[in-house]
Amino acid sequence: MSGTRPPAESAETATDADADRTPVADADVCVIGAGPAGGIVADRLAEAGREVVILEAGPRFDPADRLARQERAIRPSYDRQDVWDGDAERDAYSASGDRQYPLNRARVKGVGGSTLHWQGMVMRLHEADFNSRSVRGVGADWPIDYEDLRPYYARAERELGVAGAADNPFAPPREEPHPMPAFPPSYSDSLFAEACDELEIAMHSVPNARNSESYGDRSACVGYGTCRPVCPSGAKYDATVHVERAEREGATVIDRAPVQRLEHDADSISAAVYATPDDERHRQEADAFVVACGGVETPRLLLLSESSRYPDGLANSSGLVGRYFMEHSFAGTFGVLDEPTRQNHVGFLTSESHQFYDDADAEYAPFKLEFFNFAGPSPVGMALTGDDWGDDLLERIRGDYGSHIAMGALIEQLPREDSYVGLDPERTDDRGNPVPDVHWTVGDRARRTMERANEIQREVFEELGAEIEWQQGPENTVPTNHHMGTTRMGTDPAESVVGPDLRTHDLENCWIASSSVFPTGGAMNPTLTIAALALKAADHVLESA
Amino acid sequence: MELTRRDAVAALAALGAGGTLSGCVAPPGSTPENDGGSAADVDTERIRETMVAAAEVVYPSAVTGTASFVDAFLEGRLEDRSHAVALDATVAELNDLAESWYDDPFPTLAPDDRDRFLREVGADTAAENPDGSARERIRYYVVNDLLLALYTSPTGGELVGLENPQGHPGGLESYQRGPDA
Repeated sequence: MSGTRPPAESAETATDADADRTPVADADVCVIGAGPAGGIVADRLAEAGREVVILEAGPRFDPADRLARQERAIRPSYDRQDVWDGDAERDAYSASGDRQYPLNRARVKGVGGSTLHWQGMVMRLHEADFNSRSVRGVGADWPIDYEDLRPYYARAERELGVAGAADNPFAPPREEPHPMPAFPPSYSDSLFAEACDELEIAMHSVPNARNSESYGDRSACVGYGTCRPVCPSGAKYDATVHVERAEREGATVIDRAPVQRLEHDADSISAAVYATPDDERHRQEADAFVVACGGVETPRLLLLSESSRYPDGLANSSGLVGRYFMEHSFAGTFGVLDEPTRQNHVGFLTSESHQFYDDADAEYAPFKLEFFNFAGPSPVGMALTGDDWGDDLLERIRGDYGSHIAMGALIEQLPREDSYVGLDPERTDDRGNPVPDVHWTVGDRARRTMERANEIQREVFEELGAEIEWQQGPENTVPTNHHMGTTRMGTDPAESVVGPDLRTHDLENCWIASSSVFPTGGAMNPTLTIAALALKAADHVLESA
Repeated sequence: MELTRRDAVAALAALGAGGTLSGCVAPPGSTPENDGGSAADVDTERIRETMVAAAEVVYPSAVTGTASFVDAFLEGRLEDRSHAVALDATVAELNDLAESWYDDPFPTLAPDDRDRFLREVGADTAAENPDGSARERIRYYVVNDLLLALYTSPTGGELVGLENPQGHPGGLESYQRGPDA
């Protein structure tokens, strides 16, 4: 018995206020944000010999605290935001849409970004997702297509370490196997498979950014079951992999350094002005800047950087910075069977179905079906929240655990002008800056598609003989933590913020690496596409100088 | 179903590990500079007796081997100085209340009286809170720490048909197995 892993209450927020947070001299590239996009860009550019500095608003977390953070995820006295030291004043936001948007459940600020708490599902977009307007009659076409991104997808799969299989008949063409074999299906999947066979619904494996065998210096998954929000073993990819590799190649990371604004002239950015924990301000100069702050903070930073030259916000000649905020709406069905379903052994998914994805048109959105391995309560969660113990508790757990079953669906939401991220001038964060206002609007097509997904799920449950306890659909949907669309990509500077090379139309030395550039979102979890675009952005930065 | 040292080690893998349990000492690895609480020594024997006594109440009767499981669990748990100090304070408070209400420290009460006492304290309905009222801290440091240890261990999981419970790194086989495998 050895080791020094601390209990939940002992994982501490970084307090290294005395660390050197002064700017890096002669930086070639300043990357803003240490999530997967920023980490991958920084790694690639540092590897190519560039002097890179990464500015990250949140802290660097101690890897030795992972088990303590896992305990926070399990114990009821800790909120989800507590797992990764969310700070309500630092992360303040508004949500002015019809639906509340739970932004701080959807992101993590810190080195590693939101991959610290993500599920880790990594699918390529389908070919038609890049041509939504042309093929489906709605949304916006990307200025690039699947073939343009295809080699970057392959590289991204190697970078993240993806476990997958070639058993998905609906997936876009690929040139090589996934880097690791897929995780085998679960017992729960086998129950669904019988029903899906009867209904002629094809199930297939899930590509996971999670090691099914050791990959590089990271171990295979050991089945902790708390993937979301924390993987103690490091088998699930998170962006510390790339940030730390970039550092080994010479990059500098300045954490707890939120960028306040981007100083600029008409054609280029000259410096990123950032704050330190003791509220000093510094200017990080560089030849090139890569904004990689996700779909909410990226437009916010550009809007905060307004000037007399760009009164509506930086890189915003189109007026579209912050516009077209997209999410994936969730539709789910939850119930019980009268037999054991073996839930909560692992915290990830092993089967899904893309069968209905490419039926999408103007009326119905693309969507995918998911088969859960963690339906219903976990025994330890029940134990810590009840008002019983001893034999009574055991009897209650035996009665409630083990027969649940659940399906989910991710639904594309079209880009809409009335779905946006703006600034709330009435509210400021801990630095006095207006907070982001997330105005999330779902739209009728997505609502219809949620109903459709619920219908299919109901058919599967009925075929299974499962009792449906509740459904999540148009009236009670939730977002799935995927922020997209707020600095869209296009060829026309009047209709987009960045070009196909991810460079802003307005500024010659500013690139954006983020899901914020997605013109239309598709219904696949976005991080593999974010990683592919980050690799592409890095290539374009290298081409420029 | 017997709790084994393997269960305790498994619980520690999820919750913390290391250290020794012997008498009235400052937990290993601690220093006055980083203790995060009182500089007074932690009474590990009182903690052990109290936690074992509480486990005999909050664990189901089907579980055996409780004392050695709790001992092994505490070995690791007490290594964290701030946790040890807070647990010690909570255990002291719990025992003071037991002596006030039942004229005896908690570990010497009959099992039914221990159960009744914990409910009279309000630990059954309290929401756990490491910084809260006495009943909330008793729920956090005593009742829920023990339940957490049990239900993240293989034996605790098997009690409910889950060989690899959340928080336990039990590998990738069990999720593929059917109930009769």
